[in-house]
Amino acid sequence: MKQSRIGAWIAIAVGALYFLVPLIGTFEFSLRMRRGVYSFDAYRVVLSDPRFQATFGYSTLLAFATILVGVILVVPTAYWIQLRLPRLRPIVEFITLLPLVIPAIVLVFGYLRIYGSSSFLPMTSNERATDVLLMFSYVTLALPYMYRAVDTGLRAIDVRTLTEAAESLGASWATILFKVIFPNVRVAVLSGAFLTFAIVIGEFTMASLLDRPAFGPYLQLIGANRAYEPSALAIIAFIVTWACMGLLQVFGRGTRALAAPAPGRIK
Amino acid sequence: MAFLEIQSVRKSYGAQHVVQNFDLAIKRGEFVSFLGPSGCGKTTTLRMVAGFETPSAGQIRIDDKDVTNLRPNQRKVGMVFQSYALFPNMTVADNVGFGLKVARKPAAEIRPRVEEMLRLIKLPALGARYPSQLSGGQQQRVALARALAVKPQVLLLDEPLSALDAKIRVSLREEIRSVQRELGITTVYVTHDQEEALSMSDRIVVMNEGRVEQIGTPFEIYNFPRTRFVASFVGTLNIMGGRVVDPAAGRIEVDGQPITASRGVVDAKAGDLRAVALRPEAARLTNGEEAPSDDTNRMRGLIEEVSFLGSVVRVRVRFKDSAISLDTFNTPHVPPPERGQPVTVSFGRADLLVLEGAPAA
Amino acid sequence: MAQQSQVAVRLPLMARIRPEQGFLVWLGVAPFLIFAVMFLILPTGYLLVGAFQDPDGNFTLANIGDLFQPSILSAYWISIEVSAASAIGGAIIGFFLAYAAVLGGLPRWIRPTLMTFSGVASNFAGIPLAFAFLATLGRVGLVTALLIKFFDFNIYSTGFNLLSFWGLALTYLYFQIPLMVLILTPALDGLKREWREAASILGASAWQYWRHVALPVLWPSILGTTLLLFANAFGAIATAYGLTGSSLNIVTILLYAQIRGDVLHNENLGYALALGMILITGLSNAAYIWLSSRARRGLG
Repeated sequence: MKQSRIGAWIAIAVGALYFLVPLIGTFEFSLRMRRGVYSFDAYRVVLSDPRFQATFGYSTLLAFATILVGVILVVPTAYWIQLRLPRLRPIVEFITLLPLVIPAIVLVFGYLRIYGSSSFLPMTSNERATDVLLMFSYVTLALPYMYRAVDTGLRAIDVRTLTEAAESLGASWATILFKVIFPNVRVAVLSGAFLTFAIVIGEFTMASLLDRPAFGPYLQLIGANRAYEPSALAIIAFIVTWACMGLLQVFGRGTRALAAPAPGRIK
Repeated sequence: MAFLEIQSVRKSYGAQHVVQNFDLAIKRGEFVSFLGPSGCGKTTTLRMVAGFETPSAGQIRIDDKDVTNLRPNQRKVGMVFQSYALFPNMTVADNVGFGLKVARKPAAEIRPRVEEMLRLIKLPALGARYPSQLSGGQQQRVALARALAVKPQVLLLDEPLSALDAKIRVSLREEIRSVQRELGITTVYVTHDQEEALSMSDRIVVMNEGRVEQIGTPFEIYNFPRTRFVASFVGTLNIMGGRVVDPAAGRIEVDGQPITASRGVVDAKAGDLRAVALRPEAARLTNGEEAPSDDTNRMRGLIEEVSFLGSVVRVRVRFKDSAISLDTFNTPHVPPPERGQPVTVSFGRADLLVLEGAPAA
Repeated sequence: MAQQSQVAVRLPLMARIRPEQGFLVWLGVAPFLIFAVMFLILPTGYLLVGAFQDPDGNFTLANIGDLFQPSILSAYWISIEVSAASAIGGAIIGFFLAYAAVLGGLPRWIRPTLMTFSGVASNFAGIPLAFAFLATLGRVGLVTALLIKFFDFNIYSTGFNLLSFWGLALTYLYFQIPLMVLILTPALDGLKREWREAASILGASAWQYWRHVALPVLWPSILGTTLLLFANAFGAIATAYGLTGSSLNIVTILLYAQIRGDVLHNENLGYALALGMILITGLSNAAYIWLSSRARRGLG
């Protein structure tokens, strides 16, 4: 018993080291900009860089748009599947898993060919249209996470009974969807949203290939040309990821407490 | 000669005393049940016998050998769990043979033993199935066979029937008992179901809040409960509020009507309030015309409720503050009593139990 | 089961929508299906079809054949090696971490902490991750410098290079390990305490319990998750690109270069390259789904 506990501690220690050392290394490196002393110069330079502000703002905006469109697309679909078309469930679930199967770079390759400037629907011909295309690309990337979160949330509440109760009280479809269903899966939607944000904010491949001024390509550009700023950016990106996951934990805890049965007690 | 001895065993988690001073000697081949509500310490005691928990104090001996600090895999006991706990990756036959396999017995020895066990539980054809393909009752029988295959010295069963349907529960408990008799194996059976404990056991240990309330045969436990807890936990019990009139003679007043308990009232003086108890089957309805006798009590009341339960009709009779339920047989030619009808209830003086302590308000 | 739910569905459906309006039911999923066709099915289908066409649109297997030229084969091969190394390494280390947190008998706070950290680390990929490893194990990184300073040991003198196969695999481990932890923890929770107790009371040692019960039960989950990690690494590009630029010849970077500038000088060969990637990630994902459904059935 005691021996296995030592092994467990060793495993945790190794894991902690693997997780923390690169962070410490990055942080230390980001402080080295001024010769001989530690300073936050790299952060000052990065944060005051107008391109940082512009690209970070652009990606944030895109993340919000992605979340909004994703929710509008996923929640009614998951609801409808649960309520009216359960026989479509395997097909829809398969579709939502596709973005995990098809690498992002392959997807965007296809977009460039289908929606390129010489195609029937030229979405890359002007910047606004390309923004829309990039947003839809991100909706696709986030689809597996968003759909699973919402579907789990809907399963936790009894959608059918809630709907029938609302119907019997004379509610319209819109009222049911926005006043009954959405509020009840709010927590699930929020966890999906935070995950989406974490994915979108630093995404590189799609933004780069669609040639949009997002945060990911900016990171790459800085990485190729500067020494200390990339470390500062990595720390900032890490903090953003951490914030998203932290919020996800905070909001997710409520659902888990509801869903999970109390742990078994000693008889 | 005791085969399994549990001597002054205690178990505490920090300040929480889960089992207090448990003493029990079980004879070879005896079937003993631990009965009590959840949290009474019965499962913890069983798990100490199995070796999953270590007692905070006391000793556990099997066949005169101290096993208190032995690991479970060195104790040679068998256990059946509430959740069956069959290994999902193995067939029924592999499950049953698991204990022999890890003991590195040759396959030529394992196969006939497994077949013998499957015949014993009457599932000889299901050896190749996986647990998920069996019903709950079948799974639990396989779990029993698995526990018995290694010829354990003691068989432990932890609420083995709780997860099953009522009908299967009854048939399976008869089967467990008959297998146990056939093998003559010393058995400890944990349950919260008094019917199971009463029907299966040689002796019952009634537990409450970590303490042993009473140890006795089902007959003793049911008919002569020593504490109020035992009386109320085992079987249905009518409890009435009584006022002691003459403790030595056992004379008591319930709602102004005098009755007598043949055993007298201990530790009480005239005027004390005591709970008096009566089993439903001990009382019957009479027309009040038969001659009074020295060994019966009679009380007059009104019928408050009549519930038709099939073979019996349960009648509730109200006196004033107190009321009792009693069962009458359903005889098709005799119409059942009606509500509001005045009746006389008679019951033996020996059947009246005077419990320790005043009735609950 | 399926029959039952269909019957249950039909009742409210008939109550509200008359049979001749049944197509209305399909309107509810129309936006999703249109989205799926536009952004998943069509783009992928276009590439898959293009892989079998010559520039004039005639059917050909030449593109598939051209995949077997040494430079493309080696790109696939390095990708497969890096993905396999990081998947197997991540699976092994992740397994021990998850085991320690769930069954190691450690203080209670360990587990939620590990899960939170894993949630963050598994999403901390791409360019910033590359920066972090450059700052740590690069030529002037913290660990490199400390090793030289205190142990007079230069890891770069051993032939190690962060901008190489092992460097990339090591970096991928940063999100592979936590992903394994996140997926395997529920599977370890699925190991019932009673199984271990039943095994032990039947005389089995801890090792025999793992050998005969726990590992066989966990095996589909472990293998399946390893395949998922493999696909995860195989499709990744940003981390590699941030780390090595385009100097490491893995298949995603090759495809990236092809999209940017047609380095293969053949559009349709690019499609074949994509087809090969889908094939590899698709197969490992399919195996993962199959194995995890098997694992669920086994536990049910």
